[in-house]
This record gives sequence, structure tokens and C-alpha cells, in this order.
Amino acid sequence: MGEKLGALRKYLPTALWIGGLIVLYLILRALFAPHAGGINLNSKMILARIREVSLFLGAIAAVMIVIEVYFYQIFFRCPPHTLTTVIVRFIQGILGLITILLIIAFFDLTDLIRLPEGPFKNFVLLPVNGFAALQKFLVATKLVAAGQASVASAVLLLLVLGLLFFLIQRITEPRVSRSGLAYLLVIPALVGVLFLIIYPFLFEIKLAFSNASLGTQATKNASYGLQYGWQNLVTLFTGNVAKDAKFFEVLGRTVLWTVINVTFHVTGGMVLALLLHRPMKLQGFYRTLLVFPWAIPTTIAAMALRNEFDLRYGFFNIMLNNIQNFFAGLSTKVALLSPVFSWLAENIGPVSWKQDPFWAFVSILISNIWLGIPFMAVIILGGLQSISHEYYEAAEMDGASKWQMFRNITLPLLRPVLTPAVILGVIWTFNKFDVIWLITQGGPQEKTDILVSSMYKAAFQFYRYGFTAMFALVIFVILLGFTIVYLRVTGGLKSATE
Amino acid sequence: MKKQNALVRFYRWFFFRARGDSPFKRLLIHLLLIIACAISVYPVLRVVTISLRPNDTLLTTSLRIIPENATLDNYREVIFGAPEKNRKSDFFLWLWNSFSVVMVTSLISVALAAVSAYAFSRFRFRGRSAGLVFLFTTQMIPAGMLLLPLYIMLAKLKMINSSLGLIIAYSVSSVPLTIWMLKGYYDTIPVDLEEAALIDGASRMMTFTRIILPLSSPSLAIAFLFSFMGGWSEYLVARVVLQKNELFTWPLGIWTYAQQFTVSWGKFAAASVLIAIPVMALFLYSSKWLISGLTLGSVKG
Repeated sequence: MGEKLGALRKYLPTALWIGGLIVLYLILRALFAPHAGGINLNSKMILARIREVSLFLGAIAAVMIVIEVYFYQIFFRCPPHTLTTVIVRFIQGILGLITILLIIAFFDLTDLIRLPEGPFKNFVLLPVNGFAALQKFLVATKLVAAGQASVASAVLLLLVLGLLFFLIQRITEPRVSRSGLAYLLVIPALVGVLFLIIYPFLFEIKLAFSNASLGTQATKNASYGLQYGWQNLVTLFTGNVAKDAKFFEVLGRTVLWTVINVTFHVTGGMVLALLLHRPMKLQGFYRTLLVFPWAIPTTIAAMALRNEFDLRYGFFNIMLNNIQNFFAGLSTKVALLSPVFSWLAENIGPVSWKQDPFWAFVSILISNIWLGIPFMAVIILGGLQSISHEYYEAAEMDGASKWQMFRNITLPLLRPVLTPAVILGVIWTFNKFDVIWLITQGGPQEKTDILVSSMYKAAFQFYRYGFTAMFALVIFVILLGFTIVYLRVTGGLKSATE
Repeated sequence: MKKQNALVRFYRWFFFRARGDSPFKRLLIHLLLIIACAISVYPVLRVVTISLRPNDTLLTTSLRIIPENATLDNYREVIFGAPEKNRKSDFFLWLWNSFSVVMVTSLISVALAAVSAYAFSRFRFRGRSAGLVFLFTTQMIPAGMLLLPLYIMLAKLKMINSSLGLIIAYSVSSVPLTIWMLKGYYDTIPVDLEEAALIDGASRMMTFTRIILPLSSPSLAIAFLFSFMGGWSEYLVARVVLQKNELFTWPLGIWTYAQQFTVSWGKFAAASVLIAIPVMALFLYSSKWLISGLTLGSVKG
């Protein structure tokens, strides 16, 4: 009896969860069923997406496993005598060669390099063509349907590979490797980074020395050469970066944008963190409300703020209008200060946030500052909480003032928190333009564009691909220079990589 | 005389209390915090207001939080569509698109990062510090910089206008930072635990799966949450990769409300509120761990 009760107690929560989910499902179904005609999503679409995604994940997992096993056998297995050594190294060599050929073929396919027609290209494309031939063969012999040929041949290939690995495993002996495991652990991420970061980066460099644009159908008919790179560079520094804007003008604005934003983020975050970092009532409540701008999705926040900068119906202009009316009313009532109030009423008033370049820039600054302060506050608060009370108690004994304590205890001890936060803050702000894009689109007349948004425009509105690539490289060099200088000065990051 | 004494005493107590903060200072602090809270919450409240307005008074100079004639019509139309106008609702489609893409991206990046961060944290192998510095450097690559080559690459692979293409494009940004964060967390777990297990005959992989992974489950959750949040409201990359309406993620989707022939702010706001509520609830619920994860990851690096 007691055992039964114990089992019941053990499984009851799970059962309740499942029951609750079923009830929830039924309620939702009853709610949505009458309106199903209006909702553009059904179970068929969901299943199709799940199938697509899981195939993709399965493919990635299969590739990773093959790579891992391959390197595992290189690091941790060794053949016992000459004959087996020859066999094993031969198989491994062939597999490695096929991989390299596949990579070159991939480069060729995506236009990073262009192989001349001839025997070499045919040799490189051998694995690819072999795979295609296998598919054709499977379809021709009616073993599988045409739609499943690629999956079936992939499975077949995996089986062959598995057999090979099994063979190697049987004829080799274990061996000790000191850092083999480390490399095995890093390899998956390394492959991902090589494919997703290094390769596009190389592509970018090549693209920077080309005249690729919409006219050349991207890379299809583009020509490459140093002169094109030079031309792109000259256009960048002397010509128009997006439509009318000049490089140095935009660079200046970007620096201004970054400096103002980061300064406000850090000081605002510091003030909020210091206010919150003390025992008091309602602390949790304040903290919850204060992280709102960080918690709300940026797209929504930016669009909401865009509304508030409307000429007539936005919050800011309504408030400014009210203030103007208030002063205008005062100037008629209070005779003594009438000139002051009428001057105020004349000079404070609704602002055209969208037409006036200066106010447009102010509007995106306000938005981005509002969005960014909570993040810094949270980081700094975390840093403050890690500072021991004892420092302050000792300082209090010695009669230090509040400001002295802040200056000599809080700030130095916050440094390990602030250094990376400021670097990342600068880099992110420098590169962050979704707020700008959603609020002003860089307008009016590209007067609120920063470097990155100009670059985005050059690429995806004006389709100047080669030029954009050079532009991106220059931005990257600027940021790299900044970070190196900053790290030299502050000596940060050293402890991290040790 | 006596009354004045009381006043002076009150004045002394109010402004210069001997121990702790004086009531005046506390009042000031609460006041400042309330103002800050108002600034941070008010724009969000305005979105709610707009979503509740009936369609004929969308444009108004009223600053009331609950508008006159408040109605839930906008919500109804966003969720159920408007069959009488023969208009279907894409809301759940967008949510599902976003969810499936971002879920897979986060899974991939956390899985890759969890494993390699362990190597960076516990092993001293060749190329380790170079690798870490390299991962940091990738943060300097502007968002749009790799977007162009990725776009061309995806076009060549015929993956433009496909969710898989977006998954590939998103994985770029989240992996390096996740590795840094998790490495920072692993560093705080004492090595003694593993050494004891190693002496008892466990293998390195076993110490990783049985000791490190369970111990770091909160930080894994945080890393997952971070990359999820990063992709969840991303707009610019999705705009380039996806052009078909039925593949849109929700940021692209609600943007179409703002670009229609007649801008429908009401529907836009209603959709925003519906999306933001669960996200913010999750965020606020987990904010404590978020803070610890951030400071551990980025600070102790």
C-alpha cells in the first residue's frame, strides 16, 4: 500500500502536467476551431517545417559525427604493424583527400575561386559527380523514389563510412594522447566558425577587389583585380558612400553616436545601479520595472518610439505643445515675468523630428539610450554586489567621505566589470543600427546614417557589392584598431586568455 | 519653545539621521527611482494604449492610458483574422516561423559552445589563447559585413527564401559569444571535483557529462536564453534572407502592418503586445540568473 502511494506520489506531478497540457490543448482548440478559417497556419505546415528542420539537424549531426570519428581514430588509435599502418593511413588519406576536394568544389560553386575548365576541375568535382551518379543509379534501378534519392544515397554513404571506421577500429590499438580530447571537443565549433565566419570573411576580401554589383549579376560576371580594389577605396573616401553622404561626414556622426550613447549608458547605468544597490523596500519591484526597455523586443520598442516622434500625435510633441501653451498662458497672467515666459513660449514648442536632421539624430539617440541603459545598470549592479562590504566598513572607520569611497573603492573594483562592458558596448553601438533603421531609415537625406547603416544601404538598396565589401573591411579595421589601443591602455582581457 | 525644539529635532532627524540613510535621502532615492521607472515603463504602456483604441480614433493627441471607447477589436483581428473582409491572420504563422528558426539556432550554438568551451576552460592545448582572442575579434565584425558574402553564398546554394538559410545566417553571430560566456562559467567550477572523479577512474568525457554539465545547467539555460532572445527579435538579417510572406518571422510580419496602404498602428500595437507579454514574462522571471550569467561570463572571462 505504502509502495503504491509512493509510486503515485512520484508520478502524480508528471501525470498532472500531461493532463493539464491536454486540457489546455482542448480549451485552445475549442477557442480557435470556430475561427480556423481566419488563421493561416495548420498542422500540415507545422509538420512540414519540423521535417525540414530535423533533416537539416540530422545532416549536421551526421557530418559532425563523421568528422569526430575520423579525428578520434587519428588521435587515439594507432596501427600495430607495417601492413595495417599502410592500410589505415591509405583509407584515412583517401577520406581526407575527398574532403579537401569537396571543400574546393564548394569554393568553386560559391565563386570564391573559379577553376578553369579541364582535367583538374573534373578531378576536383569527382566526389560531387560521384554522389550525383549514385543518386541517378538509385533512381534508375527503381530502388528509391526520385524525391528520396538524395537522402537514400546519403544514408548509403554513411553506412560505407561506418564500415570503414569499424574496420579501422578493429585493426588498430588504443594509444594515449594528451591534448587529443581538447581538439576533438573544439573541432565542431571550429568547423562551424570556419564555415560561417572565416569563409565569408575570405569571400568579403575577394569581393572588395572586384566590381561586383547588380549590373554584373553579383559575382557571376564580376571582374577581379587590384585596380578594382583601389577604385573601391577611392570611391569610399572621396565619393558617395550610400547616395549623397560622404565617408568622413558619416564617420564623424558614427563616432558622435557611439560616444554619446556609451557615455549615457554607462553614467545612467551607474546612477541606477548605485540607487538600487542598498537595502530598501520595493527594490525588487523597481528592478523589474527598470529592465523593461531591455526585456521588450527591440523591433517593438523601436516601432513604438517611432510613433512617439510623430509630428502631431507623438508623445514628445504633445508634451512640448502643452509646455508651450502653459508658458503662453503664464505670460498673460504673470505680468512681472511676462517677457521671460513669452520668450520661453516662443522657443519651446513642437519639433519636426522627422524632417530636421538635428532633431532626427536626437530622436534616435533618445531611443537608443533608453534601450541601452538597463543592460549597463544590470551589469554594474552585478559588479557592485560582488564588492565586499568590508572595504566600505574599513574606509568608514578611517573617516572617508562617500565620494572618496566611490572614487577609491567602487570604481577600481568595478574595473574588471566595466572594461569588457565598455569595449563591447562601444563595438555593439558602433555596429548597431537596427534602431536607426526602424526609426528614421537613416533619413532625412541620409543625415542620420552611421557607417554600418550606410553599408547596409550600399549593399541591399544600391547593390554595390564590391564597394560594400571594401567598406566593411575599412569599418572592421577601424574597430580592430580601437580595441587594440583600448586593450593596450587598460591591459584588459589578459587574465581571460591565460 | 517646546514646539520649536520638536521642529528642530524633526529637522535634524529628517536630514541628518545618525545611522543609515536619513528619511530625506531615502525619500529622494525613492522619488528618483519612481521617475526612472516611469520613463522606462511609459513607452510600453503607450503601445498598450494604442492597441486598445478603436479604429476611428487611432490618431489622437490624448495622453490617457486607457483610451475612451477602449476595444479589443485589434486583438481579435490580429489573432483570428477578418473573415468578413476575407483577410486571413498570419500572426501564428509568423510566430511559428520565428520559433522554429530561433529554437534550432540556439540549440546548435549552445551545443557547439558547451562542448568547445569545456576544452577552452580545462585544457592547455596549442592555439588556445589564439582561439579565444579570435573569438573575441569576431565580435568586431559588423553585422552587415558577413551578411553580404553570406547572402551571396546562400543565393548560390539556393537557400535564399528558406528558413534553413536564416538558421545558417543566425548561427554565425551567437556561437563565439556563447563560447566566451560558458568558458567563464566553467572556470568558476572547482577543478578538484573532476580530479577526485578522475582518481576514482572516471574518464575525461565522463567528468564532463556527469559533473560539469549538470553543475552548469543554469548557465547553459542562460546561454540558450541569450541566443534565443538575440534571434527572436532580429530584423535586419531576416529582411535580407526572407522575401516570401509565408516565411516571414514576426518582426518582418508586424512591420508589414506598418507598411500597408493604410498604416494599421492598432493592429501593429496589438500584435506587439501579444508577442511582448510572454517574452517579457520569461525575461523578468529569469532576470536574476541572467544577471549572474552575464557577470560570470563577461567579467571573470
